[in-house]
Amino acid sequence: MTSETGVGASVKRKEDKRFLTGKGRYLDDINRPGQAYGAFLRSPHAFAKIKSIDTAAASAAPGVVAIYTGADVAADGVGGLICGWAITSKDGEPHKAPAHPAIAVDTVRHVGDQVAFVIADTLAQAKDAAELIEVDYEEMTPVVDGAAAVAAGAPQVHDDVPGNLCYDWELGDQAAVDAAFASAAHVTTLDIYNNRLVPNAMEPRAAIGDYDSGNDEILLYTTSQNPHVARLVLSAFVGIAPEHKLRVIAPDVGGGFGSKIFIYAEETICAWAAKKLDRAVKWTAERSESFLSDAHGRDHHTTAELAMDANGKFLGLRVNTIANMGAYLSTFATSVPSYLYATLLAGQYTTPAIYANVKAVFTNTAPVDAYRGAGRPEATYVVERIVERAARDLGISPVELRKRNFIAPDAYPYETPVIMTYDSGNYPLNLDTALKLIDYDGFAARRAESESRGKKRGIGLSSFIEACGIAPSAAVGSLGAGVGLWESAQVRFNPTGGVTVFTGSHSHGQGHETTFAQLISEHLGVPIENVEVSHGDTGKVPFGMGTYGSRSLAVGGSAIMRAVDKIVEKGKKVAAHLMEASAEDIEHANGVFKVAGTDKQVTMAEVAFAAYVPHNYPPDLEPGMDETAFYDPTNFTFPAGTHIAEVEVDPDTGAVEVVDWAASDDFGNVINPMIVEGQIHGGVAQGIGQALLENAVYDPDTGQLLSGSYMDYTMPRADDLPSFKIETTNTPCPGNPLGVKGCGEAGAIAAPAALMNAITDAIGVEIDMPATREKVWRAAQSAQQAAE
Amino acid sequence: MYEFNYHRPGSVDEAVGLISEDAKILAGGQSLLPTMKLRLAQPSDMIDLAGIPGLSDISVDGSTVTIGATATHASVAASSAVAGAIPALAKLASGIGDAQVRNMGTMGGSVANADPAADYPAALVGLGATVHTNSRTVAADDFFTGIFETDLAENEIVTKVSFPVPQAAAYVKFANPASRYAIVGVFVAKTADGVRVAVTGAGGSVFRASDMEAALNGNFSASSLDGIAVASDDLNSDLHASADYRAHLVSVMAKRAVQAAGG
Amino acid sequence: MPNVSMTVNGKAVSAEVEPRTLLVQFLREKLSLTGTHVGCDTSQCGACVVHVNGKSVKACTTLAVQHEGADVTTIEGLAQNGELHPMQEAFKEHHGLQCGFCTPGMVMSAIDLVKTHPNPDEKTIREGLEGNICRCTGYHNIVKAVKAAADNMGG
Repeated sequence: MTSETGVGASVKRKEDKRFLTGKGRYLDDINRPGQAYGAFLRSPHAFAKIKSIDTAAASAAPGVVAIYTGADVAADGVGGLICGWAITSKDGEPHKAPAHPAIAVDTVRHVGDQVAFVIADTLAQAKDAAELIEVDYEEMTPVVDGAAAVAAGAPQVHDDVPGNLCYDWELGDQAAVDAAFASAAHVTTLDIYNNRLVPNAMEPRAAIGDYDSGNDEILLYTTSQNPHVARLVLSAFVGIAPEHKLRVIAPDVGGGFGSKIFIYAEETICAWAAKKLDRAVKWTAERSESFLSDAHGRDHHTTAELAMDANGKFLGLRVNTIANMGAYLSTFATSVPSYLYATLLAGQYTTPAIYANVKAVFTNTAPVDAYRGAGRPEATYVVERIVERAARDLGISPVELRKRNFIAPDAYPYETPVIMTYDSGNYPLNLDTALKLIDYDGFAARRAESESRGKKRGIGLSSFIEACGIAPSAAVGSLGAGVGLWESAQVRFNPTGGVTVFTGSHSHGQGHETTFAQLISEHLGVPIENVEVSHGDTGKVPFGMGTYGSRSLAVGGSAIMRAVDKIVEKGKKVAAHLMEASAEDIEHANGVFKVAGTDKQVTMAEVAFAAYVPHNYPPDLEPGMDETAFYDPTNFTFPAGTHIAEVEVDPDTGAVEVVDWAASDDFGNVINPMIVEGQIHGGVAQGIGQALLENAVYDPDTGQLLSGSYMDYTMPRADDLPSFKIETTNTPCPGNPLGVKGCGEAGAIAAPAALMNAITDAIGVEIDMPATREKVWRAAQSAQQAAE
Repeated sequence: MYEFNYHRPGSVDEAVGLISEDAKILAGGQSLLPTMKLRLAQPSDMIDLAGIPGLSDISVDGSTVTIGATATHASVAASSAVAGAIPALAKLASGIGDAQVRNMGTMGGSVANADPAADYPAALVGLGATVHTNSRTVAADDFFTGIFETDLAENEIVTKVSFPVPQAAAYVKFANPASRYAIVGVFVAKTADGVRVAVTGAGGSVFRASDMEAALNGNFSASSLDGIAVASDDLNSDLHASADYRAHLVSVMAKRAVQAAGG
Repeated sequence: MPNVSMTVNGKAVSAEVEPRTLLVQFLREKLSLTGTHVGCDTSQCGACVVHVNGKSVKACTTLAVQHEGADVTTIEGLAQNGELHPMQEAFKEHHGLQCGFCTPGMVMSAIDLVKTHPNPDEKTIREGLEGNICRCTGYHNIVKAVKAAADNMGG
């Protein structure tokens, strides 16, 4: 049943009023009594020994409270930052995890590495003083490119990591792939680079450490997608405080896209310094700092080969990737180019044999970790570009080649050769839906019209798949994860009938306060305005693993449903007592308890009231209506779809205009279509950004970040993008009680390949991302000359 | 940002009197303040021109458009008088930065800052404008002397710029996709004294493309520019455009500007 | 330290500030009007946009002392008697915001845009918002919201 506020309704967001009236409370909006302000002195060099640090002049500057260096942090026994996912190389060796001190001790390994932390009464004083610190560096030659880092004679980023090799990992049956290639009628090859991106959530990272000496308790406000995970890591591994003496609050968070999953040096130092000084310490990143110190995304060099029979049927796929990890391992860095990447190389296809080899390498650049999609955009990009190239090689239409190789809608569950079991889907339907949306049949006429104006028009497809709802603890544990990936929820009725839902998921734009409230409204019949969703505070929410990997609804929402089940179960007992019936005879629907076969009924509100005012109450039942549940699914979810880009290229300048975009995605059941569409819009925009505009570029000689501000790093703006045509299809997910698959990352996963394929179609030459205007112009020129 | 003293003089003379070695003139601040925020500039004193009466006046007098130093880009863009006399100038102003920058940024600030990728220098040189300071007038051709360098003396303040009204003119910009400054901007003007082609963004400072001017003097038509390119030797090269690409873009934008100007 | 006085959201305010205090710092730190955000340090992102004497400006790129006597409106000053401004209402109705961080600046810019272009088409809206960066929405619903608000504002 779809009510106005239930499942399936585009309910306007509950959180919007505060954001629209300036009453959101983001971290920098929060101030603690007596707080001091911190500023980091960061390395100006990509790679250097720190010979000495002289803080004398800075310490004497006005307002300075304290200055800490790496030596101070080490002396206090504060542990380094950790990587929480263990990857085993093909030779059986564990991945190399060199020390990652929160403040560099004797060596800086990327521009922006923390060198000292200055705390003062005002921010301006802290910054003024930071400039007075004198550091004597001995510069060394850096290496910034992943492929260069594994070349013989490359600079060694860490003494204890020979050849800069973090791991050399493989997945799949190499012999089967070799056999497939031996029997192939045609082999298509691809050599591509997946560009490095800076996530750029609009709210810069920030933290406030505060200390209650009376209770010996640290309170950390931080811009986190997963405050409980931050508490766990800071407690168990970094040693900031025991978990029960550390409260982490992630208030309103202004976007994350993965970059706020990780446990960073800055929040670590704020928490530690607050206790040391017995004074609150606040740090807020400036955008320039964000560019240098937020974990970046992607940065893969890949060669791929696709073996096909004479009819274009895929026989085997071989992929070799070098993944740039940056200077240190960020929290989940190792998992991204391995289990979140190679496991998706089957795409939507029946390719029977796949082998992937991934070398993860250290360089003198900012750490690289999960960014919207995390590994899965890289996989889709490889698969969907090589499929399109194969279609051109074979002279088969890209639509037809895909259809020949799609997994059939009746083939589920479907086991791929790269350890995934796809649970449901209908790939041909999504492709056909997207073709209709963009009027694929009318493309030739549109192309002719463009040509009459001297423009080149192209169209490109991307049929993506992702594994998300990142969860099954047993599965991820077997693959190296150091944590469980369940989710928890608490559903608490108040005596007067209102409900507070405490969720371990964290909303930083996803609209959980609305979507989760819709679940309660639908299933417990509570008016949506009487449902409050609380998240982001380890002092309020029982437990949580946070929001990433499109997991909030599939895992967090399912946990809420489990708690709802418990509420209903208890409610039935209370209702049975109130109506003098047997609990077995009570039926529940939408917040109304009925005695089966009678017209006797009580409402959820009456039941909740009785539970808190148990004057007339079952003798063997606990009072209260407050249930907590944990949920751990048995499989990932597998959203999939087809996106189609249409572009027009100005051959005189190389400027690419994205003139149309169509997407048909299968996210299983949808709770709030409006919110889902918004997620697609945003994901596609980031994917278009990667393909066309965004590029984190380090100078290969100096290791300086050349695109270190919005003056040089091109963020997609309103006039860079088209409006999008979006539809969803639905094969319900069999793996969770809501039948949902997750939608947060799909657009970013699908979009780059679609756009690059469209550009190739327009200019007739393949280029790497980003398709800058100069690159497109040069390619178009060379294609023109080749044609003449 | 470093500390500084703030002054808000009521007259140009008072402003000039406040100038000292490390002082900076604050007009709109849209270039200066970002630089100061990044601690790349450390003025001892900021002299705000916003309180000086009459300095933002815009007037059109027969064959001349005169724009006061503190006239904002938005006010130039919105001026029907400017649009009537030199539509290319109003259009250029409407494309500087973004709407918010145009509401604060000033013509005088842009001219005195002489950013090699700024738009206004192309208009000044393209139209053969005259820069008025507190003490003299300077021809635009002589005003821009290098990267962020002008002919202004230390104790000189730009007070207004007068633009002769051309027969036809147009400005076409190929913007940096990130900063939205000009990678290449070409201002073409057909004047009584001949055609002027001014190029911004491509080099260290705005410059005139004399080969193009000669060709267009012969025949004011985009096709006259076929095969004419500026040399790439001294052009800028950065993340967003190599010197070769910039040279190519100068030709493309020049043709488009000529077409837009009716040629 | 100089004293600066202005009218903010209809209220006369006055405070001593260092000359280097940006307008956005004055609003956030002296007046606790934290709805105006700071998202970058190069005047690109527009999270800080407020209205000064009716025109949208980037509060991170102007000094408080430059606005002596000015009439400033921030996101907090838009809603009247608990009624959202039509632009705020349209953003909610059309899901023109997600994380909400860019939203105050986006709304303030959009209001100025509609004032300058009372009946904007999609291209005008997209170009008019080039001074505001949103990372969440892909702008699709922002454009819809601005169009709808323009219609409701009697454009």
